[in-house]
Amino acid sequence: MDLILAQFLTGLAAACSLFLVASGLSLIFGVTRIVNFAHGAFYMLGAYAAYWLQQRLAGPVGFWGAVVLAALLVGALGALMEMTLLRRIYRAPELFQLLATFGVTLMMEDVVVLLFGPEDLLGARAPGLKGAVEVMGQQVPAYDLFLVALGPLVLLALTLALKRTRWGILVRAATQDRDMVAALGVNQKWLFTSVFALGIVLAALGGALQLPRGETAHHTMDLKIIVEAFVVVVIGGLGSVPGAFLAALLVAELNAFGILVLPEVSLVLVFLVMAVVLVARPYGLLGRPQSAQRGALVVTARPWRPFTAPERAIALALAALAAMLPLAGGAYALSVGAEVALFVLFAASLHLVMGAGGMASFGHAAYFGLGAYGAALAVTAGAPMLAALAAGPLLALLGAVAFGWFCVRLSGVYSAMLTLAFAQIAWAVAFQWVGVTGGDNGLIGIWPAAWAASPATFYWLSLAAALLGVALLRMVIFSPFGLALRAVRDNPARAEALGLSRQRVQWAAFAIAGTLAGVAGALFAFLKGSVFPDVLGIPLSVDALAMVLLGGVGTVIGPVPGAILYKLLSIVLVSATAYSKLLLGGLVVALVVAAPRGIAGAALDLLARRRATP
Amino acid sequence: MSGGLQLEAQDLAAAYGRAQVLFGVSLALAPGEVLALVGRNGAGKSTTLKAIMGLVPATGTVRLGGQDIARLPAFERARLGLGYVPEDRRIFTDLTVLENLETGRRPPRSGRAPFTEARLFAMFPNLAEMRHRRGGAMSGGEQQMLALARTLMGNPAVLLLDEPSEGLAPRIVAEMAKAVAALKAEGLSILVSEQNVAFTRAIADRALLIERGAVRAAGSVGEIEARLAADALGTDAQ
Repeated sequence: MDLILAQFLTGLAAACSLFLVASGLSLIFGVTRIVNFAHGAFYMLGAYAAYWLQQRLAGPVGFWGAVVLAALLVGALGALMEMTLLRRIYRAPELFQLLATFGVTLMMEDVVVLLFGPEDLLGARAPGLKGAVEVMGQQVPAYDLFLVALGPLVLLALTLALKRTRWGILVRAATQDRDMVAALGVNQKWLFTSVFALGIVLAALGGALQLPRGETAHHTMDLKIIVEAFVVVVIGGLGSVPGAFLAALLVAELNAFGILVLPEVSLVLVFLVMAVVLVARPYGLLGRPQSAQRGALVVTARPWRPFTAPERAIALALAALAAMLPLAGGAYALSVGAEVALFVLFAASLHLVMGAGGMASFGHAAYFGLGAYGAALAVTAGAPMLAALAAGPLLALLGAVAFGWFCVRLSGVYSAMLTLAFAQIAWAVAFQWVGVTGGDNGLIGIWPAAWAASPATFYWLSLAAALLGVALLRMVIFSPFGLALRAVRDNPARAEALGLSRQRVQWAAFAIAGTLAGVAGALFAFLKGSVFPDVLGIPLSVDALAMVLLGGVGTVIGPVPGAILYKLLSIVLVSATAYSKLLLGGLVVALVVAAPRGIAGAALDLLARRRATP
Repeated sequence: MSGGLQLEAQDLAAAYGRAQVLFGVSLALAPGEVLALVGRNGAGKSTTLKAIMGLVPATGTVRLGGQDIARLPAFERARLGLGYVPEDRRIFTDLTVLENLETGRRPPRSGRAPFTEARLFAMFPNLAEMRHRRGGAMSGGEQQMLALARTLMGNPAVLLLDEPSEGLAPRIVAEMAKAVAALKAEGLSILVSEQNVAFTRAIADRALLIERGAVRAAGSVGEIEARLAADALGTDAQ
């Protein structure tokens, strides 16, 4: 009983930082509609800034002063990012801003290594709160009790600010209809900047307050918190601060007790709960249905059309050129080439769901990974390569059918987060079901059969899969089914009035996309000779998103150049420099600003302008 | 230059993507004048108002009290004295009546009695009774009153009213007409897009017939209504 209480208090204390981070994220999304992927990075910066300041400021005043100062400094940095980067792209499609903040995140991860080194940094304990307090016979850290009290105080302060001040009223009004707020004479720019700065201050405060709990500052702490914060925001309901509070408590307690009660599913518990909440309450615990969305995911600059005869000839010529790589490159080039080809297929499959279907997916790695594991498990069971190449996509198809059934019942960011939840569940199964998947050690020895073993043959195999897959996806997009898919994307109500079932059409798209991602994953397993849980991980899902968005989600061809550029860049940069993330992130940010329709979108714009002015 | 005109728009052209909607609309409003834009659905009346307000990208000139505002963003136009009441009301449904009014608040304009909550509640007694009600829990007529009151909180010199009587019960339409007449008496210039003939006759000094994104005719409300009716019947009114 006493142990349970102690664990409960630990959960409450952990909920404090989580709530701070999540409420900021929720506020920012509510008003600006930006999915701020960099929120975790600002949390990390808050921790580092507090550490650095606490080394320099003495005494209790110095300690607490450092916490506040760190939050304010990082908040100013956040405002700077909003003003210099995000202001340029508010009119871009919704997820493009996610890509921009993802680029910033990559950069920051390397920047903190540059400034502070790669080691974990242990911060100072809070003066005056170093000891433990006895609560019903259990020693509870005094600092934890401080956090338990701080959470509700912040909730109260935020609630008062939103309900009782003019600023808060304008923020709530802008959450519903920001153009109307502008028509009433409110300068949205500064409203957005102030909300953004406040959200970042909260995130940084969350980071700074974690250090005295004995957590270290390190350069990977952003990813874990951003995923948890997203989960909290979605469970609570986008834009709802009390919802974020409730959900932070729920998630933190699930974490605290999950380890005790169900250690074998502890990693997946939170995502299971999120999936259940979303299926039961599609807008989260305290969320409301989003008002008519004024920024669509996909903005097609010009009507989609199949290749003309000359364009098809160019595409075939490029494919033929790609097929000649074995004449020029050695084994390394061929393995890079095969990997790029497989990621082209992976990105193109995501594009069917996102570009043609208008459904963002934050968890597309699930199907890539299921394909890889399906193939690897088949090989482990003694199946030949061809059978394994069938087994992988089949498993991916099953996963897409099962997960997709739920995801198409939601919309917008909620649906995207549900895809993330399912991907994390798949990842956790691979990670924790050691008996079958080998857990962290993965499955090794997944080598191609003799006929496909030479680098050239395997490259051609991968290239053929990519070309056929992309061609197939184009055929799907321009088929009657593809028209139906785009119809439900552009105007669900009208499409339904025409007799199209939105959910069924999108579900089918999910299945097709999942299967093709599974093909890419299965071949990837043979390319690497092994499979690890990473192939189901969030970073891979984010990579796929980045490829599609960089290429241009509003174009048909976009994912192909997007994947080639992004994958090549990441491979080349990793081998060329120690700060590949800084450079890659910088390039992503630069591309986002320079080409807000993606590479293919920018190229098509350029061509159209050329044609208009001969 | 603008000879005491309160609002003057010239050669307004606007397009949604590739579809051009306005082809050079020009109009002018004197202080205290009510001008009605008359025309069928899709003729370009709403877009004209949005273009003046800066809510759709448009070319052409817009002058407010002689000052060129065509390049200013919507919020600056509002601050200079343009008040916009949108067609679909766009009440903030999560906010109470009082909070909705707060979103419209701007400093008083010199030479005019400022609008306050108290004044507006006297003007729209219904709103006074439901000052703590959420916007989403109000009827269409009440929302229309609130939308007008919210814009008046900004003390505008010119009002842009988009279909203020649309979908309202006759009793509420009469109340709206009374409110508009009171505002006109205070010297506000009002540009109103409207399909309700009786309402237009009750409030407007002049009317413009808008067709396919251009001004086809100008005249008294009676003349323009006759012309519109004749067009609908396929006869020539002239």
